[in-house]
Amino acid sequence: MTAKTLFDKIWDAHVVDRMADGTCVLYIDRHLVHEVTSPQAFEGLRLAGRKVRRTDATIAVADHNVPTEDRSHGIAEPESRLQVDTLVRNVAEFGVPYIPVTDARQGIVHIIGPELGLSLPGMTIVCGDSHTSTHGALGALAFGIGTSEVEHVLATQTLLQKPAKNMLVRVDGTLPPGCTAKDIILAIIGKIGTAGGTGHVIEYAGEAIRALDMAGRMTVCNMSIEAGARAGLIAPDETTFAYIAGRPYAPKGGALEQAVAYWRTLPTDAGAQYDKTVVLNATEIAPQVSWGTSPEAVVPITGAVPDPDAEPDDARRAQLRRMLDYMGLAAGQKLAGLPVDVVFIGSCTNARIEDLRAAAAIAAGRHVAAHVRALVVPGSGLVKAQAESEGLDKIFLDAGFEWREAGCSMCLGMNPDKLTAGQRCASTSNRNFEGRQGPGGRTHLLSPAMAAAAAITGALTDVREFS
Amino acid sequence: MDKFSHLTATAAPLNLANVDTDKIIPARFLKTIKRTGLGKDLFSALRYNDDGTEKPDFVLNQAKYRGAQILIAGENFGCGSSREHAPWALLDFGIRCVIAPSFADIFHGNCFKNGILPIALPPEICAQLMADAALGHNARLTIDLENQVVVRPDGTKIPFEVDAFRKHCLLNGLDDIGLTLAHAPAIDAYEAKMPAWQPAITGV
Repeated sequence: MTAKTLFDKIWDAHVVDRMADGTCVLYIDRHLVHEVTSPQAFEGLRLAGRKVRRTDATIAVADHNVPTEDRSHGIAEPESRLQVDTLVRNVAEFGVPYIPVTDARQGIVHIIGPELGLSLPGMTIVCGDSHTSTHGALGALAFGIGTSEVEHVLATQTLLQKPAKNMLVRVDGTLPPGCTAKDIILAIIGKIGTAGGTGHVIEYAGEAIRALDMAGRMTVCNMSIEAGARAGLIAPDETTFAYIAGRPYAPKGGALEQAVAYWRTLPTDAGAQYDKTVVLNATEIAPQVSWGTSPEAVVPITGAVPDPDAEPDDARRAQLRRMLDYMGLAAGQKLAGLPVDVVFIGSCTNARIEDLRAAAAIAAGRHVAAHVRALVVPGSGLVKAQAESEGLDKIFLDAGFEWREAGCSMCLGMNPDKLTAGQRCASTSNRNFEGRQGPGGRTHLLSPAMAAAAAITGALTDVREFS
Repeated sequence: MDKFSHLTATAAPLNLANVDTDKIIPARFLKTIKRTGLGKDLFSALRYNDDGTEKPDFVLNQAKYRGAQILIAGENFGCGSSREHAPWALLDFGIRCVIAPSFADIFHGNCFKNGILPIALPPEICAQLMADAALGHNARLTIDLENQVVVRPDGTKIPFEVDAFRKHCLLNGLDDIGLTLAHAPAIDAYEAKMPAWQPAITGV
């Protein structure tokens, strides 16, 4: 029998039909729906007189537009309110399970999928959001789709796709103190570029990946899309199984035993071939920070902004110059010590309880710099409740951070949490594109601990200097 | 979806690498519940000043490119989010074809669902087309999907690759869902054999 990769195994198990040209009808086990990319899909169903094929494989939640302050009076901004109200109407009309904005379980779709046990190993999982790659941390094939494909999955529970190529990213060795999963994935993107994974599904492996907890694995897989990959995957293991057991929608008892027995067959076979392999040494990774408006524009905190004139390609040189201009930085400028105006700790990349604990450990007993506004936005209502039960809210509030309700928030500024033009932000989110956090806003991507350190000192800071 | 077979039009040069979906259509414009009307916000930050006036040097603000239906861009065009609002905005502006050295996967797939043809060509060919495009409406390009060629103003034909199934759908303006529903018996059969451990989402 041919040796298969983890990706090959999940793919093959979901092929419903294969056409002559290799296009497959691929079965989708879980469909996560949110308010931004679904209205036109439900409208399409309505116009064609179609139903949702499997409401019991679909779940909806509003996350992008929701305010992260008191929600008891609803959403003030009319367009955001219309989008959330439209979702509420659509789920009622089509019978799709829905977690309301005021429900304790509400949160960012990619946080709550794993948290509630909805996302499981070996599944195919889609959502109209590119960061669906997050769920790959469980050993599920999970990828973002456009609205036409959202409609396609709602109507048929399948997608028409051709298989991706296999890419292995192996991270050997042990991560040094002060470095996290975020630094691993930023270092990977810095090395392979934002198109490094195009056409591929990346499987992350190696000692440093194995050593990560599930939150860290989700952070790594989350940013697979920033490396251009269709999806990211990590083979399920004992860490995965321990995480899943007891979650509300996870299988239980005999069903769980049956599932685990199957999940143990999923890891890549010895001798399986990858189309591309990249190896990093974790011991060489330092805390990372982005300087430009592309996630590949990243350096260690001890590094400096590169010189665009050294870039031979015209289009790339033009992009580099534009980046420096937009970011208000000069070639050769050091990153450490650069003052920040705002610190954002949140997003589907870094708003799990483990992320908040890491940030709180830095914040405890210290105070946010006088000129800095610092926000902590938990990834879900359940993360928020857990943090409060551990007293993390008090640590943050005492240190001068804002402690808010769950949602996507300042990761993309669709709700009122936005940067204003020229503001510089240390952010635990995933994208530093122009205007991403608000028109004219300047984003520096980094880990939760690094973000907390920046909040305290008021400038980009090497967290390793904090004892 | 509108059919795409043959297009002769002005091409606009946008010589930037890694043009991301936030640049194509920023998140604040995603609050619509419609597919149309996004053309005015296409490339918003590149196209407009803070006061809403046009930036005269941005390519699509120049008289000769206002009617452009083809865009020539740098590598990794459409990287970032899965928002289909990006091709919707391009389409609403009037763009039916984007030519670049490479595209991000999700954006690439989304284009085909909306009657937009993304064509990947080697960087040196894109540089030639970029030079053609700089001539404005004196140098229109022709896209012939049936024969898979881009015809330059001097008559040179540049062949391009396109997935056969996607080409078929584009040429005929076919709805994917209708095609997939022809596989309904296979989907039924697949579901009948689903493993018992997979829990249904009930009682939310």
